[in-house]
Amino acid sequence: MAYSDKVIDHYSNPKNVGTLDKSKKNVGTGLVGAPECGDVMRLQIEVDDATGMITDAKFKTFGCGSAIASSSLATEWLKGKSVDEAVAIDNMDIVEELNLPPVKIHCSVLAEDAIKAAINDYRKKNGLEELVFNEKAVH
Amino acid sequence: MLKLPVYLDNNATTPMDPRVLEAMLPYFTEHFGNAASRNHPFGWEAEEAVDYAREQVAQLIGADPKEIIFTSGATEGDNLAIKGVYEMYASKGNHIITCVTEHKAVLDTCKHIEKSGGEVTYLKVQEDGLIDLKELEAAIRPTTILVAIMYANNEVGVIQPVRDISAIAKKHGVLFFTDATQAAGKIPVDVQKDGIDLLTFSGHKMYGPKGIGALYVRRKNPRVKVTAQMDGGGHERGMRSGTLNVPGIVGFGKACELCRLEMAQDAERIGKLRDKLEQNLLKLEEAYVNGNRQHRLPHVANISFKYVEGEGLLMGFNKNIALSSGSACTSASLEPSYVLKALGLGDDLAHSSLRFGLGRFTTEEQIDYTVEQVSNTVLKLREMSPLWEMFREGVDMNKIEWAHH
Repeated sequence: MAYSDKVIDHYSNPKNVGTLDKSKKNVGTGLVGAPECGDVMRLQIEVDDATGMITDAKFKTFGCGSAIASSSLATEWLKGKSVDEAVAIDNMDIVEELNLPPVKIHCSVLAEDAIKAAINDYRKKNGLEELVFNEKAVH
Repeated sequence: MLKLPVYLDNNATTPMDPRVLEAMLPYFTEHFGNAASRNHPFGWEAEEAVDYAREQVAQLIGADPKEIIFTSGATEGDNLAIKGVYEMYASKGNHIITCVTEHKAVLDTCKHIEKSGGEVTYLKVQEDGLIDLKELEAAIRPTTILVAIMYANNEVGVIQPVRDISAIAKKHGVLFFTDATQAAGKIPVDVQKDGIDLLTFSGHKMYGPKGIGALYVRRKNPRVKVTAQMDGGGHERGMRSGTLNVPGIVGFGKACELCRLEMAQDAERIGKLRDKLEQNLLKLEEAYVNGNRQHRLPHVANISFKYVEGEGLLMGFNKNIALSSGSACTSASLEPSYVLKALGLGDDLAHSSLRFGLGRFTTEEQIDYTVEQVSNTVLKLREMSPLWEMFREGVDMNKIEWAHH
């Protein structure tokens, strides 16, 4: 399977690989996927409590090149967005940006799930109600 | 100078040896005759070339030339052997024994037979990939007509105890068929010493052309017959109709001859390179060889690199190194290898494996380059892997509630 240039670029030079301190109250962590399924994504956001802006985002991903690229792209998009804006990131935006083929759409869904899981983790830590998201049907 | 890309997927197919191509060329143009044309020199020449190749092929596996049926390849041979025996020996029984790590051409043929009313036992394999001989013997019934167990596995290279298997089959009056596609030409295979009744193999796995293979069908002790699966002119003693692929057959014959003459030295040289590759890659933490390491083809290594995913790993170097994360026949799917799962590997380890298939044209320089590239990519991806971080921190990953999807 041929990968798009953008996937190759994110795979070769991934943005924002790393770990944020999950003990901090303003860090939200989302861990999605399963080793048995061949991909696990961990996405973290750090939020400025005063402004509600995402000041930092990091990821680590076990998976194929498309999964790595999807999470790398997600962290790029998250930085500088407000938490409310981040909720609106849709997996199909990732598919479009990275030119993912149909068999790799699940990678983008995983990235969206990871964003939402990180946001909910942040909300939970800060006494806010967790948001309820509709399941994507693509898995 | 190292020429890129490096080819290490010789279990999928091998490059053709230039000496094979040279032998074939005249049979496309000058000597183009139909080997079944009995009335003119064009036919005679073609027939002579086919007869000669049939001897070369037979000699590689210790058979009589009359016992060689030319086919289009191993998949056809698998189909012809299994379906052909099933139909020919229907009055004797309808039960076949095979094993779960067989190639799809065997497994799917067996599934077909089950649909048409036959019964099939799929033996499990042990952790090292070998079948349990006691289980084999226990599975034999009065209605068993065929044991179909591969000589060596295409994904892990494990060599089955063929002589023990044939002894058990013989003791119970059951025919023994083996798919020797990965073994023939690489290690000594002898239908007499090994007690094989039917055997299939293919040209393109042994430096010959694609689209040509052979099915060995024993003629003595016992005389075995298979029902033809294609109707037509009754070529190949009535077992396989269709105009003979003369250039392919000539090339296949030459390839068999080269393998027979050069097998010992090739196996020794390639085995040393494989061992070097393996030893160096096992210097990485959490890297494991899959399958039995003693009873194994000399040119194959299947290694799992825990906490990195195989497809992601391949992407790190697949522009420069041709490798596979499973068999070529199943790599279109995202499912982990059924062979590795049959060896008891968890899905996570099965997702983390690479198959290295060395060959006649593999050089030490290529192996050194591969070790370097694969090692670097594993290290890089582990830095990116949340599972590696958890492993480092001593997190028990079995206790995490993963979101299965």
